[in-house]
Amino acid sequence: MELGQLSLYDQAILLFAAIVLFTSFVMLAQARIVPLIHTFAWQGTLLAVTTALVAYATNHPHLYISAGMTFLLKALLIPWMLHRLAVRLRIHRDVEAVAYPSLTLLAGGGLVIFSYHVALPIVQLSALITRNTIAVSIAVVLLGMLLMITRKKAISQVIGFMSIENGLFFAAVVSTYGMPMVVELGIAFDVLVAAILFGVFFFQMRASIDSLDVDRLNRLREVDR
Amino acid sequence: MTDWLMALAQTLLFVAMAPLLGGWIKRVKCHMQNRAAPSLWQPYRDLAKLFRKHTVLAANASWIFRATPYIVFGATVLAAAVVPLVAVNLPTAAIADVIVLVGFFALARFFTALAGMDIGTAFGGMGSSREMMIGALAEPVMLMAVFTLAMSASTTNLSEAVTYTLNSGLVLRPSFIFAALGLMMVAVAESGRIPVDNPATHLELTMVHEAMILEYSGRHLALIEWAGQLKLMIYLVLVANVFFPWGIATEMSPDNLAKGLVAIAGKLALLGVLLVTWETVMAKMRLFRVPQFLGFAFLLSLLGMLTRVVLESGL
Amino acid sequence: MTALWLVLLIPLAGIVLMALIGHLRQAGWVNVALAALTLVASLGLALDVFAGGPLLSPGRMLYIDAFNVYLVTLTAFVGLTTAIFSRPYMQHEVETRHISKRRMRLYHSMYQGFMFAMYAALTTNNVGILWVAMEGATLATVLLVSLYRTPEAVEAAWKYFILCGVGIAQALFGTVLLFFAAERVIPVRDDALLWNVLYSSAAQLEPTVLTLSFVFLLVGYGTKVGLVPLHNWLPDAHSEGPTPMSAILSGLLLNVALYALVRVKMLVDGSLHSNLAGYLMMGFGLLSFTVAGLFLHRQRDIKRMFSYSSIEHMGLMTFAFGIGGPLATFGALLHMTVHSLTKSAIFVTVGHAAQIAGTQTIEKIRGLIRTQPAVGWGLLLGTVAIAGFPPFGVFVSEFLVLSATMKSWPWLTVPLLVGLAIAFAGLFRHLHPMVYGDAPEGQLPVRANMLPVMIQLGLVLWLGIAIPVFLSKWFEQATVLISGSSPL
Repeated sequence: MELGQLSLYDQAILLFAAIVLFTSFVMLAQARIVPLIHTFAWQGTLLAVTTALVAYATNHPHLYISAGMTFLLKALLIPWMLHRLAVRLRIHRDVEAVAYPSLTLLAGGGLVIFSYHVALPIVQLSALITRNTIAVSIAVVLLGMLLMITRKKAISQVIGFMSIENGLFFAAVVSTYGMPMVVELGIAFDVLVAAILFGVFFFQMRASIDSLDVDRLNRLREVDR
Repeated sequence: MTDWLMALAQTLLFVAMAPLLGGWIKRVKCHMQNRAAPSLWQPYRDLAKLFRKHTVLAANASWIFRATPYIVFGATVLAAAVVPLVAVNLPTAAIADVIVLVGFFALARFFTALAGMDIGTAFGGMGSSREMMIGALAEPVMLMAVFTLAMSASTTNLSEAVTYTLNSGLVLRPSFIFAALGLMMVAVAESGRIPVDNPATHLELTMVHEAMILEYSGRHLALIEWAGQLKLMIYLVLVANVFFPWGIATEMSPDNLAKGLVAIAGKLALLGVLLVTWETVMAKMRLFRVPQFLGFAFLLSLLGMLTRVVLESGL
Repeated sequence: MTALWLVLLIPLAGIVLMALIGHLRQAGWVNVALAALTLVASLGLALDVFAGGPLLSPGRMLYIDAFNVYLVTLTAFVGLTTAIFSRPYMQHEVETRHISKRRMRLYHSMYQGFMFAMYAALTTNNVGILWVAMEGATLATVLLVSLYRTPEAVEAAWKYFILCGVGIAQALFGTVLLFFAAERVIPVRDDALLWNVLYSSAAQLEPTVLTLSFVFLLVGYGTKVGLVPLHNWLPDAHSEGPTPMSAILSGLLLNVALYALVRVKMLVDGSLHSNLAGYLMMGFGLLSFTVAGLFLHRQRDIKRMFSYSSIEHMGLMTFAFGIGGPLATFGALLHMTVHSLTKSAIFVTVGHAAQIAGTQTIEKIRGLIRTQPAVGWGLLLGTVAIAGFPPFGVFVSEFLVLSATMKSWPWLTVPLLVGLAIAFAGLFRHLHPMVYGDAPEGQLPVRANMLPVMIQLGLVLWLGIAIPVFLSKWFEQATVLISGSSPL
């Protein structure tokens, strides 16, 4: 079937999914802290919009609740917390040195291809209109990991972590129209607690090593020398 | 026969309009930056002035230096002939292939770079090496963007691709959006605009295109400048007609053609404003940042390709 | 049914209660009381299940069968003994390392929080809630690992948080895939993640998706089990956190993560009709077993050394569950029990030893048996037990696993035996000077309650000599549940 034969809402779902993927790449390339947080907030917003679109297009009203929760948590609350922390810790003007930016982006492209490969057997089984976006959701997860690997600042790693959560939520929405509500609430609770704990950690880290560079956390080794 | 005449007329129109587009962009830019704007026709006057002037040649200039302006202009005009401006399905459509287009550009770039080095000045060589670096990075982006398009339209023929987008109506294609963005970034880089190059500066640290043609004067310079304006227009027309082809004439009736003319003029004017806005908010980036810029453009077209495969196939 | 709810509600109430009074001097006793109450409730629950078979709570939120009820009881028991140990230990820490009252409140509250997460993970009927509880366990313990706020502790906690967080994210993806597969065959959406429903329709689940799902779940929960190469967080978290934390992490969290993995494996086996899941678990298990055994030799921190020993034993259990026959499964279940008991006893002793020497560095811990014989003997006996000497229970379970391996994969007995020997050598080369060496001048005994250690080691000894009838019946039921046939 051609893309043009889908309804406009279904097309919009695919489009927004693509933009969610794009925000993941922007985060990979973004070296400054505050714009990084903003991009993360945009990803959350787009995710919420996509979820709401899926809810409307497929007539699954419970997804509206998930969309609202995502918007509150991932687009407003967590970015706001991170931003406030960045200002309070005076790291909001920091620019992170990203090693091999072009190589990272290319690796990201490779990850998308890999996710496509992983998702293929699932996609072939599914009959959902959103099934093609499953690969995108896996890619968002993997790109979040790549972000965590390539960054040294604790706050960027947290954003990578949260972006992984975004990808997982997205996977649940597009492959099964969301998990059962009780599970989704539990996950949202965990994410919220994790976000708060990360905030606590920033202060602990600064108090103990006087920096938020994860590279400086290098005292513990696998074997003692 | 009339079809061939139409094709010829379209090419001539293309060539003739290019300085006007340049003038429009300059004017909008001046307005946006609160400067007194030159007239729309200023580029024509500049070209006329240059054509009247004597050509000064360096003593050690070889035939390459002398032939380059003609080769560059000729290749660019041929490229312009390939791109559908007002109407599709003209007889030139048979050779209206994107890869041909890229080939013409590569030819022009190759000779410009050779000419830059021919005289043996330091600036010429520097400009050539920079230009080749940018070119080497920009070309894959352009091809990737074009292939994304070709995958949907199952052709690399421009005319057919335009017809395809026209027929499928309004479809939200993520791949097209990414490819269009990538193509726009290439257009910016290839036509020597901010943030990759600044057409208005002769500061040795920053210039790229200007450095190569620094030794040109008189009608040689006029031809090269004209070719530059043409190139920018070709890119804008490509973006306008391939991704937003609405309004283009599919039949040869006068009112259709008139409509096509108005449509493309409107689209180009709009794209011009967009380009100026972009140039005004962006700062010229250091040369070492250019690979990153083009890397991002590459990523966009790659994403276009990937979303085409991942999202838009097997529906 | 009341017992079941009590098991969950007591620690839940404990979180709130401890958040209010956790800083008081008596809070340690309250903690013990709460743990004891939970143990009583869990025993009640065990009797219920023992008499009446599997239990499904109204609303199908909770599901108890022979497999998890035994783990609930074990968890409650180790929770109680660790709480008994924690009281004087933390008091000593407060006096010597100046932990503020606020942090003690956090400690006690999160102790109960961790226990609650463990019980929730064990008793829930929902694969998704299992994930939420496992993540909750990380969240509850992560601030405890950094309790001392030294750079090392913060580093360990950060690693623990990030690695386990990312790891467990894989498990969530696996859960989503499982839901995807289940939703296609189970008519009611909200039922599609319930264990009891899943088991009854396991055969219809799509094998390809389930394989993929299992791989993600293995990576995810495997991180928590501490399987190599996902183990990096484990030695750090164990060595830098307060010792009671190490005891319950090693004795309980790893078990519960393995429990999750085995549950999923049961499901995948039902769908795949091949032993793919088993092979994967065998591979990871054997790798962890060998690598951890080698790493044991190179450690200088006593808690790190024993945490590598934990990785080694978790590897062995994963391997045994991977083999999958009734004998191996029985062995693995027994090993789970004896390892939990022994390892938490060891960590308790190690905690006291570290307090005596004032450091965790192995080279500086000397002459324990002279300074404080109870601690020295405890460490010696614990290590003897964990190294698999007869007549301790670890020997029996390892023997069972070895014979099962001999039966189905004769060649793999060789690496197993070699691995056991390496680990044994690694433990004892460090142990001997610590216990028997010359005590440094002025080394003084500390206030220590060695009763729980002796009870636990005594139990391990008992299990080594004769497994009581009710326990063996219990294990048998669980074995039938997991492997499909009885070992006897």
